[in-house]
Amino acid sequence: MATTAIRTPAYGAEYPGEHGGLYSWLATVDHKRIGILYLYTALGFFIFGGLEAVVIRAQLGAPNQHLVSAEFYNQLFTMHGTTMIFLAIMPLSSAFFNFLIPLQIGARDVAFPRLNAFSYWVYLFGGLFITLPIFFAVAPNGGWFGYAPLTTKAYSPGLNIDFWVIGLQILGVSSLAAAFNFLTTIINLRAPGMTLMRMPMFTWMAFVVQVLLVLAFPVITIALVFLLFDRFFGTNFYNTVSAGADPLLWQHLFWIFGHPEVYILVLPAFGLVSEVIPVYSRKPLFGYPVMVYSGILIAVLGFGVWAHHMFAVGMGPIADTFFGLTTMLIAIPTGVKIFNWIATMAQGAVRYTTAMLFGVSLVGLFTIGGISGIMHSSPPADLQQTDTYFIVAHFHYVLFGGSIMGIFAGIYHYFPKITGRMLDEKLGKWHFWLMFIAMNLTFFPMHFSGMLGMPRRIYTYDAGQGWDLYNAMSTIGAMIFPIAMLFFIYNFFKSRRSGEIAGSNPWGAGTLEWSIPSPPPEYNFAKIPTVTTRYPLWEGKEPDHESARINAQEGKTPHELGIIIPYSTMKPLLVAAGLIIMFCGLIWSHVLLAVGAGTLILSLYSWLLSPLEPEHS
Amino acid sequence: MATSVAHTSAPTHHHYTTLGLDSRKVAIWAFIGSECMLFVSLISTYLIYKGRSVIGPFPHESWTDPSTGQVLKPILNIPVTSASTFVLLMSSLFMVLALAAVQNKELPKRTRGERILGNSKLWLFMTALAGTIFLSFQAFEFTSFVHEGLSIRRNLFGSTFFTLTGFHGAHVTAGVLWLVTLLAIDYRRGLGSRDSLLVDICALYWHFVDVVWIVIFTLVYLLR
Repeated sequence: MATTAIRTPAYGAEYPGEHGGLYSWLATVDHKRIGILYLYTALGFFIFGGLEAVVIRAQLGAPNQHLVSAEFYNQLFTMHGTTMIFLAIMPLSSAFFNFLIPLQIGARDVAFPRLNAFSYWVYLFGGLFITLPIFFAVAPNGGWFGYAPLTTKAYSPGLNIDFWVIGLQILGVSSLAAAFNFLTTIINLRAPGMTLMRMPMFTWMAFVVQVLLVLAFPVITIALVFLLFDRFFGTNFYNTVSAGADPLLWQHLFWIFGHPEVYILVLPAFGLVSEVIPVYSRKPLFGYPVMVYSGILIAVLGFGVWAHHMFAVGMGPIADTFFGLTTMLIAIPTGVKIFNWIATMAQGAVRYTTAMLFGVSLVGLFTIGGISGIMHSSPPADLQQTDTYFIVAHFHYVLFGGSIMGIFAGIYHYFPKITGRMLDEKLGKWHFWLMFIAMNLTFFPMHFSGMLGMPRRIYTYDAGQGWDLYNAMSTIGAMIFPIAMLFFIYNFFKSRRSGEIAGSNPWGAGTLEWSIPSPPPEYNFAKIPTVTTRYPLWEGKEPDHESARINAQEGKTPHELGIIIPYSTMKPLLVAAGLIIMFCGLIWSHVLLAVGAGTLILSLYSWLLSPLEPEHS
Repeated sequence: MATSVAHTSAPTHHHYTTLGLDSRKVAIWAFIGSECMLFVSLISTYLIYKGRSVIGPFPHESWTDPSTGQVLKPILNIPVTSASTFVLLMSSLFMVLALAAVQNKELPKRTRGERILGNSKLWLFMTALAGTIFLSFQAFEFTSFVHEGLSIRRNLFGSTFFTLTGFHGAHVTAGVLWLVTLLAIDYRRGLGSRDSLLVDICALYWHFVDVVWIVIFTLVYLLR
């Protein structure tokens, strides 16, 4: 488990338990270690969700196949979507939020280190809660969007949807706690001189994403509470049969959350690519202020487009026109970003490292997904495309071509900072090209099968409808992904053990996180720097030579430097465990409910009444 | 325990922050922003379903059961809820006095009036008491509604009404627990001006919950 491959970060002897081993990971409150926990866990779920997709594609590879039953197929596509969105992409972004935000703004940790640990443990337990049922064939089976009234007790009587409702509720707690934490960190813990308009673009996009999380997650929380009450207490929120409930209530509430969620998934990747492209082009990001404003505009408009997911329900011409127009408007700030990345590369000294290849592929692939998005922003066109594989092609181009490609760009770029060693470039390029080919071979043909009328979520189909060839292509593409991932996994573990030593700034990057040793010491910055420019390491007029010299030193303990480090504690883990036990009690027994609530309250009080760190001496 | 409580509130001046504010104060505002969306979702759903219940009882109109001929009167008791609303609004005043008492703990108190105004234990207690009275009114209201035939399963009004006001009640309950915890700390070691942030963030939460009630009272009880 130890990722302290090169050199254990220096911990003072007065902080017992911080010397490594399992306890040090269970009790850690260090944002970098929590980031690493997020990275491993989310990659694990990413691989699991990918394997679910491989089974889906195997089932659809040829007409009239019966590899899995229709019922299990429902569980597979539901869990593939749920896993990739809530357990893979969001927490992979969280891994970078954790690791990078404090380093990029010149802080020693996040604002609330223990709350940060709590977010991780809730995510891990919630992820297991919603994932494990698939091994007993009782996984959620109502789609990742869980449309009510289909998901009410009358139509989905089994435990499947119970796991989904409660699981998402748990994951919402994790996301919200993390969002308050990062929002506060970015607002309040910036180093002197780190004004908002000097913040690295990744931190800016992270900031926008936290605002989206804070405002969008309460809406899904309430939609889920209604569903939970309907299922467990017999309320009528989605009871369209006897109580006169509105069948569109769920859809509106879900998509008011669900569309901002799309930007929650993609903006962190945009931020990562905005770090990657300038470094390998040896040029500052083109049009920095406009990149900031376009990110904010995407977030604002993102709250006004939700009903474009609902054109097929018949909202009437005025609503359709409004939501069609707002959706088209979002193309403007997004297009601005695409052009600014291209302008950053133009006439730059471009180096095609693996990170850069992933970054550039995002620019191209996201553009394809963006353009098909504009196609179904038009209600009449959407009526033809909705619920077909055309939509599946569209959102895989934006979420795989956008988010996942951006996240891998980030992994290749930041691996040296996280571990102190370089990833192997040759294996990395194998990984990139295999993934790029697999991605296009899988998802591009879906545009055609969708246009030919193949509906989403069907578990098999008859031959002779013109879909066979495209499905076979998609399936072959999907089988290449595991091979690509094997290259990545081998590279990851081999490089972590024996990769080339990275040094503090292997890529010649310009932002603060590259001014400190790799991996960073526990306290990040021996001396908090004073920031005067957007790229302090590039612009050469760094007045803060003294802090730069101090920060480059390796092997100093916090004690030697007089830096106070928060105590390690397992209390956040206990609170998270109490929360999960309480929710499990809702399904299995009221005793469990009481035990969980008791654990939650006692450990929460114990946490709040114990000090974060030793008294300042 | 007593020493650990002392640690909690140790002033955090040695931590540099961009705004010069304690991070907990920034976080509570972010939390309140999020809570706004939570209540907006609940209140919107209530308003969307207003007047769409298939069977009674209804909030403002009477309803005759077609099968039994029994007449169910309008269920909301506005005078009683006005009283509980008044109590909750008073609690915000007590909360202001509690915060002022903690902030001015070290100032000399000359007159009897100054001593009463400076008694943080009294005002924390009064705030928690007013919150508890409000919750008792709500418990009375809920049980009497159930007796009159309105359960959470009965109709759309029952489902939305109990969920909305129940969520608000849960927030008041959490606030009362918070206030009682502060009161316990005050008894154990005394809250001084250096602890005012602890009371300040609780007060922000408490006032927010009060404001939400003003909206609920207007839209659910007063608006026909």
